[in-house]
Amino acid sequence: MQEFVHFLQHDVLARISPPLGALPDQIVLLGAILVGAAPIVAFMAVIAMAWTYGERRIAGFIQARYGPNRVGPEGVLQPLADGIKLLAKEDIAPAGADRPLYELAPLLVFVGALLPFVALPFSEKWVISSMAAGVFYVLAFEAIEVIGIIMAGWAPNSKWSLYGGMRLAAQMVAYEIPMGLCLLTVVALAGTLNLGQICQMQGGAFGVGNWMVWPWVSPFATLAFFMFFVGGLAATKRAPFDLPEAESELVAGFHTEYSGIRFAFFFMAEYAAMYVVCAVATVCFLGGWHGPFREWLAPAAGAPTISDLLGKAVQVKTADGAWFVWANLWGALSVLGKWAFWKPMLYELLGAFYLIAKSFFLLFVMVWMRWTLPRIRIDQVIYMCLKVLLPFSLLCVLGAAAQTVFTDWNLLHWLLSAGK
Amino acid sequence: MQTVWPLFVYLAAAAAVPAGMIMVSFVLGARHSDRATGEPYESGIVSTGSARLRFPIHFYLVAMFFVIFDLEAVFLFAWAVAVRELGWAGFAEALVFIGVLVAALAYLWRLGALDWGPKPFARLSHSRHKDS
Repeated sequence: MQEFVHFLQHDVLARISPPLGALPDQIVLLGAILVGAAPIVAFMAVIAMAWTYGERRIAGFIQARYGPNRVGPEGVLQPLADGIKLLAKEDIAPAGADRPLYELAPLLVFVGALLPFVALPFSEKWVISSMAAGVFYVLAFEAIEVIGIIMAGWAPNSKWSLYGGMRLAAQMVAYEIPMGLCLLTVVALAGTLNLGQICQMQGGAFGVGNWMVWPWVSPFATLAFFMFFVGGLAATKRAPFDLPEAESELVAGFHTEYSGIRFAFFFMAEYAAMYVVCAVATVCFLGGWHGPFREWLAPAAGAPTISDLLGKAVQVKTADGAWFVWANLWGALSVLGKWAFWKPMLYELLGAFYLIAKSFFLLFVMVWMRWTLPRIRIDQVIYMCLKVLLPFSLLCVLGAAAQTVFTDWNLLHWLLSAGK
Repeated sequence: MQTVWPLFVYLAAAAAVPAGMIMVSFVLGARHSDRATGEPYESGIVSTGSARLRFPIHFYLVAMFFVIFDLEAVFLFAWAVAVRELGWAGFAEALVFIGVLVAALAYLWRLGALDWGPKPFARLSHSRHKDS
């Protein structure tokens, strides 16, 4: 994104308004980041709201009852009503609480949930920062939540909170290992930590045949995908691993003592973390933005990019010392009327649609499982992690590495080439 | 290629949103103080003692396993990126490295450090003896 901001500043803005274009690079980038942060926060809020509603409606459907269906058509405004209600509620802290920790914990959890979105691609080019160590970054910042959870469990001086917090801390910390190793399987196959590049590799074969999850691409990645998803369920405390907030025994677990808006932060962070896990699984295993028919919109080799179009549209020469060049502004806006501008945009939009649709399908499976599987005990949770997932994920990493080192095995490629 | 400071700007922006929401809630929210307002919720039972309890050792063991095995994963990350370039020599080294850790895992397993809660199999064989 930094390159694009740099281009916009020096090749577009500088021609529309020379004094603005001459601002220091850092100032312009700062403005761009602040403008860019808004849609991400909004996206996270929309995901959280949509899924608080979606989860209750799906739960209602599965249990043969209505979900929320009173506020707005079919109840879609319910999360908005909940948000306003939570804003207007009292923010109580128990008398024996450790106040600084108590007040900081929800903030830390919320910010920790927002940070992975920086490296998460939404489409091929729509990514805030396509960092070289993307996988590592997302895993690292997912883990920040644990600190907030331990603080939230310990600070209110409430026994339910403490039990829930300790359980969740143990569970999240333990499942971090197999989750990391499962992603490592993909990294070993792809040879890069960049989420965008990992996704890029899964294109071709009509946009569906080269996904990492297919056994003909790598059977180890298939196994790793399912283990990653199970680990993701545990790390986001979803059923059957939801014992940190088991309402029948621990009231609400680590957020028992939180009310009002601070409670809402935990709630939003949970849904954001679920989305992050599902989006990472989608990008690494399910082909990310690849899907059928998208290749038809792919720009031809040598076709002008949006940057080229913009650069060409603002070529009116100006007198020195001009403050604002209207001709160049109209030129830049005229790009909006061109198919050459909308075609790559549609290409990206379709990619974003595929990525988000696949992630939402995984989210749906998470919700579905909650009403299907019974909750398990903490010793079973840890057993599952250390004695089942850990050895198998190590096996996956080694297998994938062996596949990369010793063969270039890809059954699909082999079958396709056999036909020729 | 890239600088780190935009990340911190984003961090500040991300922290400003909940801070703003808390301020709105501070203005809109109710405030009251009753006899039991400051008490922790314990399902209607009057709370006794502090919640600064001692916890079973297992939770701390899990934290230690995390340090051991996640550090392993960190080393493996560096290797996994370059698997193809390192070839069979790198693979053999990683095999030895993972082998040592699998041995450690097997040792912990035999030692019973991974066992939580009741031991179902031990109890089962004991009761069988009694019955027969």
